[in-house]
Amino acid sequence: MATNQWWASESFWRKTAIWVTGVSLIVLMILTVDTLPQISAGSKRVPAYSVINYRIDYVFDETRNVQAPVIGVKEPLFGKELSEAEAEALVAHGKLTVQAKNCMGCHTLLGNGAYYAPDLTKAWLDQYWGSKEVREELMVDFIKDPSNKLHNSIGRRMPKLAVTDDEAHAVVAFLKWMSSIDTNGFPYNFKPIEQEN
Amino acid sequence: MATTIGRLDGANLNGGQKLAVKYFFVAMILFGAQILFGMVAGLQYLKPDLFYGVLDFSVNRMVHVNAMIVWMLYGFIGSVYWMLEEESQHEVVGLKLGNLIFYVLTAAVTVVVLVYLFVQIGPGEQSSIWLINEGREYIEAPRWADIGIVVSVLVFFYNVAATFSKGKYTGIAGVLVLDLLALFGIYFAGMFYTTNISIDQYWWWWVIHLWVEATWEVLVACIMAYGLMKVLGVRRKIVETWLYIEVALMFGSGILGLGHHYFWIGTPEYWFTIGGLFSALEPIPLVAMVVHAVFDAGAKHIKNSNHPAMAWLIAHAFGNFFGAGVWGFMHTLPQINLYTHGTQWSASHGHLAFFGAYATIIIAVFYLAMQQWRGKVWMAGDLPGNGWKWKWALGLLNMGMVGMTVALLISGYEQSQIERAIGGSTWMGYFAAQAHPWFMQGMWWREVFGTMFAAGFVILMWDLWSIGKHETRPMQVAASQE
Repeated sequence: MATNQWWASESFWRKTAIWVTGVSLIVLMILTVDTLPQISAGSKRVPAYSVINYRIDYVFDETRNVQAPVIGVKEPLFGKELSEAEAEALVAHGKLTVQAKNCMGCHTLLGNGAYYAPDLTKAWLDQYWGSKEVREELMVDFIKDPSNKLHNSIGRRMPKLAVTDDEAHAVVAFLKWMSSIDTNGFPYNFKPIEQEN
Repeated sequence: MATTIGRLDGANLNGGQKLAVKYFFVAMILFGAQILFGMVAGLQYLKPDLFYGVLDFSVNRMVHVNAMIVWMLYGFIGSVYWMLEEESQHEVVGLKLGNLIFYVLTAAVTVVVLVYLFVQIGPGEQSSIWLINEGREYIEAPRWADIGIVVSVLVFFYNVAATFSKGKYTGIAGVLVLDLLALFGIYFAGMFYTTNISIDQYWWWWVIHLWVEATWEVLVACIMAYGLMKVLGVRRKIVETWLYIEVALMFGSGILGLGHHYFWIGTPEYWFTIGGLFSALEPIPLVAMVVHAVFDAGAKHIKNSNHPAMAWLIAHAFGNFFGAGVWGFMHTLPQINLYTHGTQWSASHGHLAFFGAYATIIIAVFYLAMQQWRGKVWMAGDLPGNGWKWKWALGLLNMGMVGMTVALLISGYEQSQIERAIGGSTWMGYFAAQAHPWFMQGMWWREVFGTMFAAGFVILMWDLWSIGKHETRPMQVAASQE
């Protein structure tokens, strides 16, 4: 029942496979070249690390119909204004700590990771921290030793992960910076902490 | 080749196959480890104080997913070595080096796992990423191990490419060599540190997505092509034409389907359109695969030389379609994904997809390997005890997995509604969803079906190591070799 139709021939599909793969790869390369500058630190969507010197909020945007980060008045983290280089060093230390403690083994960051603990994308803005006056110190304290803190009604707790004081401060800086990234409205319907004076 | 029927005898295997069974052996152990640590992690949802501060969820989960990645890679490497000499009709060129690398890689994997379990975490410094764990889901392996993996796979790649070059360079060989090159090349995208988490996740997804939704799929399509020729006696021209069709569809949808991971990580909005469109196309090659496998099996009246392997190949076709295709498509469009991203929906999809697409076909190759190793014994109908062991293993593993998938999905529905839509993904919203009885019921059922899955695994191992023992009948020849 041999057929010699072009659409059933091996060589036609071999060529198709090669062309389709090649074109897809080229398109992906072009899109990557376009995307990377738009998400490098200091871009509109991903602010520079010194954004931690400012208030960050997450506000509904009428035109886009999603919530978007808003950079507000000067509100330096831990009351100390940092230069761009200092801010980057601090956030970098925080990011390294997040990796070294394997936070993604329980949490999600930008929605990626494991699902055993809350998403951290907007953790800096979470109402759980009560008021913005005590938030920074509460976060540092919590990260250093969460084992005896209130978590929830189901008994799930974060373990103590030998985080030093410096590392905890750096992690908070990283979380504050991460909350400023424009994530196209993810997470949806997030109710941020009250920050107006 | 002298055959000693009914006994495991190395003389029944060619050089590549002798190396392959070593990879299979380690793969089986890691498969068991994956299940064990998955069950402990699942239990921690129900009993949060279990092993608290000793073997926390993060550690169990990391071992669970890493054991999976590694056992599947071992299964793939083993499968390729398994078919290499037959396909190329040439001896593996660097077999000694291949053997050496097997032991080096296995030693490295052992050290990595021991460090995961006993060191677990490090200080927030580069040294932790180099020596302990990289803290990036699925590719947690520390950098020293990354380098070891790259060296090992280069040797493997050389063996495959050079053996095909010296022997016969078939259509399957052509696809396989290019696919392996892409598969291993992509790994480099995950081997650097950056503070910018958007850039970090941009490249991280290159490794994760372009592995499991592109290059791994094409790799198993090659194994499927070989398997169908082997088990059913389908003609080469047919399977190779199909293979090209599948490559075109798979890469045509899968490469730009990468965009569905770029909705929420800071990347621009045009990825909504690209990711939504191309990932919606991703199930098409998987439908084609089902058609291919089922049609071939039907055309041969399911008369085949290895019933367990054939059953697992069919399980692969359906599992791949439902797990990767349907379960992936269900939440791939941004309009839905906004509420499901990072919930138990992903866990549900992940479980069925990895099992359906990859575990199944590797198990099929395990059966092919055992048949050959015991001297091409009979593995068609009329097995002792009516082949109850392989049938029960097949049933328990598949039903256990489907049960876990549905349980996780129900928890995911509840979570996307209560945590995501209403609670707004805050701390309070998250735990309101986690504490809800509907969520907890899903977690309980997951553990119940996980236990069923584990029972299936035990029987599978028992069967693999006993099937064909004392068998005197030689292998039934595949239906037609016309």
